[in-house]
Amino acid sequence: MNAVRFDHVSKAFGTRKVLDDLSFEIPKGQAFCLLGRSGTGKSVALRHIIGLVKADSGGVFVEDNDIATLDARQLADVRKHMGVLFQNAALFDSMSVGENVAFPLRRHTDWSDADIRARAMAKLSDVGLEEDFDTMPGDLSGGMKKRAGLARAMALDPAILLVDEPSAGLDPMTSREIDELLVKTKQGGTTLVVVTHNIPSARAIGDRFAVLDQGRMLASGTIEALDASEEPLVQAFMRAQGGG
Amino acid sequence: MLQLSLVDRVGTRALGFFELAGAIATFGARAVIEAPRPPYEPREILRHAYQLGCRSAPLVITAGVAIGVVLSMHTRASLERFGAEAMIPAALAIALIRETGPLITGLLVAGRVGAGIGAEIGAMKVTEQIDALEANAVDAFKYLAVTRIIALMIAMPLLTIMMDFSGMLGGYVAEAATSGMSWQLYFERAFSYISYSDIILATLKTVVFGYLIAVVSSYLGFTTSRGTEGVGEASTRSVVMASVLIILSDVVLVKMIFFFYPVVSG
Repeated sequence: MNAVRFDHVSKAFGTRKVLDDLSFEIPKGQAFCLLGRSGTGKSVALRHIIGLVKADSGGVFVEDNDIATLDARQLADVRKHMGVLFQNAALFDSMSVGENVAFPLRRHTDWSDADIRARAMAKLSDVGLEEDFDTMPGDLSGGMKKRAGLARAMALDPAILLVDEPSAGLDPMTSREIDELLVKTKQGGTTLVVVTHNIPSARAIGDRFAVLDQGRMLASGTIEALDASEEPLVQAFMRAQGGG
Repeated sequence: MLQLSLVDRVGTRALGFFELAGAIATFGARAVIEAPRPPYEPREILRHAYQLGCRSAPLVITAGVAIGVVLSMHTRASLERFGAEAMIPAALAIALIRETGPLITGLLVAGRVGAGIGAEIGAMKVTEQIDALEANAVDAFKYLAVTRIIALMIAMPLLTIMMDFSGMLGGYVAEAATSGMSWQLYFERAFSYISYSDIILATLKTVVFGYLIAVVSSYLGFTTSRGTEGVGEASTRSVVMASVLIILSDVVLVKMIFFFYPVVSG
């Protein structure tokens, strides 16, 4: 069964077409990397999977549920199986870092406070922020916010983890640690959908890849297939990022 | 041509106004429909009641004392001419409890809380925190808007009672300093012309003010765009729109009170 499927999805904001007849499938347990320059529709594709944006035409299916046809309760049930790391982390700034990570646990489990705290601490430890449980998000650097956001996204051990630019704003060492964490998460059976323009990071994480340009899919397949692509934009993108 | 263009502009403005009014009314109606449905978010309601209500108390009490002193001085200046100084406490109580207290409390809270709600939800919108709530399978409308609306509907009557009481206290201080009137006599005279229905109806009126403030500012927060500039605009517009709505709704509510409870108008 596919974890996520896009079936001829198109989306426009006003006159600007952001996704143009986009189709792909992500089998369960695989890591799928959406590549492309900034503003090519990668994050919008991710938002379709969460159900934050609805397609103008075509269908987005998550675990065979057509996202567009679900009512609010059904959509919430589907979202409980997903974790999302937003581009700017989107931490709740009225809560401490630890409370941010504990938030999905408080909402969707009946665990005790002690168990929730222990799980939140473990997830923060995974991203190297165990010392910052009580720190407020405003006191964190951009990279630390990103890591805290990833800890929150993984708090419920989701079946599908959606990650928007995981290495943006991170130093190379932390970026590699995050890549390793995502690989470990994938090996635990989680499906990953990673939006990135960082090719080395994508090579480390991904099983399958798609390159977008102006909302259209230029190429898809394994990294070797992209390296061998004769599409000039794909070649330029892969070379510019130090690929191949 | 110029005239046509003016008509166009007025028409566009009018359409924009009705569109906005319709959107806010729909937002407010949705809150009424969603409020009785689970989950009830009691922790969030309590947190907002503290943030929006308790933290407004010092401002309301300070303003109440000052208004009480000023009203007392003005009332004395007027009533002295007719030799009716004995009526000062009653006149003050009627003015404060029936109208000044609820209205000023509404306007003060619109300024302090309306701006805060508009800015806070607006900032959450532009930093994707509202999307993050939805992604965490949380109904952001209910979690952010409905909880604040309920909290403010609870807090407003309590703040109004504080305003009334501190206003009466300020009036007493001014009166005691001028005429040396005793505490017991002041309050006996103050409440001789005030009935329970005066206090209850005027105070409950502020539940509507709380609803209006929270609905307008939450709506403007949820519809914020254009980054930090949009957040500032949401904050300012929240205060302006909530204040105007409080004043307009006050006219309607007073008319309704007089219609349904004619004894109060007497």
